[in-house]
Amino acid sequence: MSTSTIANIDVELNNEGFFVDPDQWTVDMVSELALREGIEELTDAHWQVIRFMRSEYLAKGTGPTVRVLGKTSGVSIKELYQLFPKGPAKVAAKIAGIPKPRGCI
Amino acid sequence: MVKRVVILGGGTGGTLTANRLRRVYSDTEIEIAVIDQDDCHVYQPGLLFVPFGLAHAEDIVRPRGRQFHHGIDYVKSAIDHVDLETNSVQLTDGSTLGYDVLVIASGAVLVPEETDGLVGPGWMEKVFTFYSPEGAAALGAALSRFDGGRLVVNVVDMPIKCPVAPLEFCFLADWYFCERGIRDEVQLTYVTPLDGAFTKPIASQRLAGMLADKRVELVTEFNTGEVDGKGGRLIAYDGREVGFDLAVVIPLHSGAAYVGRSPGLGDSLNFVPTDEHTLQSHAAPNVFVIGDAANVPASKAGSVTHFEGEVLVENVRRYLAGESLDASFDGHTNCFIETGFHKALLIDFDYETEPLPGHYPSSVGLPLLAESRLNHLGKLMFESFYWHGLLPGRDIPGISSAMPTAGKRPAAANVSRKD
Ligand SMILES: Cc1cc2nc3c(=O)[nH]c(=O)nc-3n(C[C@H](O)[C@H](O)[C@H](O)COP(=O)(O)OP(=O)(O)OC[C@H]3O[C@@H](n4cnc5c(N)ncnc54)[C@H](O)[C@@H]3O)c2cc1C
Repeated sequence: MSTSTIANIDVELNNEGFFVDPDQWTVDMVSELALREGIEELTDAHWQVIRFMRSEYLAKGTGPTVRVLGKTSGVSIKELYQLFPKGPAKVAAKIAGIPKPRGCI
Repeated sequence: MVKRVVILGGGTGGTLTANRLRRVYSDTEIEIAVIDQDDCHVYQPGLLFVPFGLAHAEDIVRPRGRQFHHGIDYVKSAIDHVDLETNSVQLTDGSTLGYDVLVIASGAVLVPEETDGLVGPGWMEKVFTFYSPEGAAALGAALSRFDGGRLVVNVVDMPIKCPVAPLEFCFLADWYFCERGIRDEVQLTYVTPLDGAFTKPIASQRLAGMLADKRVELVTEFNTGEVDGKGGRLIAYDGREVGFDLAVVIPLHSGAAYVGRSPGLGDSLNFVPTDEHTLQSHAAPNVFVIGDAANVPASKAGSVTHFEGEVLVENVRRYLAGESLDASFDGHTNCFIETGFHKALLIDFDYETEPLPGHYPSSVGLPLLAESRLNHLGKLMFESFYWHGLLPGRDIPGISSAMPTAGKRPAAANVSRKD
């Protein structure tokens, strides 16, 4: 676990870079978090996925996996990989300030 | 008044639930009906051995009807949908069954058609799965003709049934080609969407080491987007490719399709949202879920289904008696991992604790996370226990459904994080 300053606010991240406390996240942090993941410009489609991750997490207690995102977010898996080449579910979860999606047991 | 419990699916979970319930209640207290679409109960762990000629597909199948105790009504029909509003199940044969309590035990299905190209050219010729009896038998024929080249084992995505089975397949393939004297001609590769050999850190390291020892190349974080059977290529969404001469693919899994046709019952993958400790569904208080059909964060394994049985049956009883539910299911999972050369490894874990080294169930038991011949015998004996102990609904002497901690060495590891 480590403390990072994002949009001038101190937040706790675990060693994989996911938020420890999703309540510390604010929408103002998004562009800086995206930049850390190598995404320089956020398109509407990026925002759609990030908002969807966040609302699914708040409703269900875990963020969706890539497969579920492809079925439910309105963005296809192929497109999701174009938006987040390093792994849609993981990267979008980091940017949305939620824990790692719990898909894999 | 006689209450009616309807159980959807007569596989591992449905059968053991029906038999356990029948022992708790007399015919005058509850009626039990089990619905299944066919009469072939497959001992699924046996599928792993079929491709290597160590078991035959027909020997691991028994009639479903004969696994039930007296006084259980077995209905052979496919389920069309569940109507939670009217507490009834619509069958495809046109009949409707009402219930006081519904138990969902319809498992997981393979959906290979959801991966581009997987069931296209080359399917069942160069691309196989051992997750179905037909697939396992066809793969067996292909393996016996295989004289060398690149054999790739690929898990498309989680969740899958028995997440260690693909690794076991790699270990057995190494043994099999050694026996045939052509191991040097075969290049074995394990391609997984996970970031390691397995989901839990300590077991993952141990298993990755074993893959390396057995000269199985490990490719991680590979999300298969397409299978090109003709060209012999797995293609990931990020553009990476792995070539093969023979591919063994574990297709995507979903819950049963009828779950999707039942308003309010399932999630986007047709698994049923379920309380992980009480096994009551989130859909309705009189609907309970056991086995692979549930979306609880435990492995989809027969051992989990077995351990769930005790809590599930107790909670059906408490629900019918108007008592509060028992929230004691801990996610206990126990898997023998066949490692070839007549040895096996044993892992034991739950929701909170990852697999640890030590002994099971106490310090004088079977070695954990270590290869041994004793574990291999355990794996073989499991088949007999399955038909004669687990399905009839017996407990294993000395083994409770809660995970034991006595013989484990937690000093070697920390309790896993739940993130
Ligand atoms: C290759 C392989 C190896 C495995 N190895 C192991 C192992 O070593 N150890 C271990 O513990 N577990 C192992 N498992 C997993 C284990 O077999 C399953 O977890 C277990 O059988 C799950 O039980 P279940 O009752 O949930 O589902 P199942 O036993 O699959 O039963 C589901 C039933 O529902 C019925 N059904 C579904 N839909 C409908 C419908 N619409 N209408 C009517 N009926 C329907 C099906 O016909 C089926 O009979 C393995 C699985 C596989 C595939």
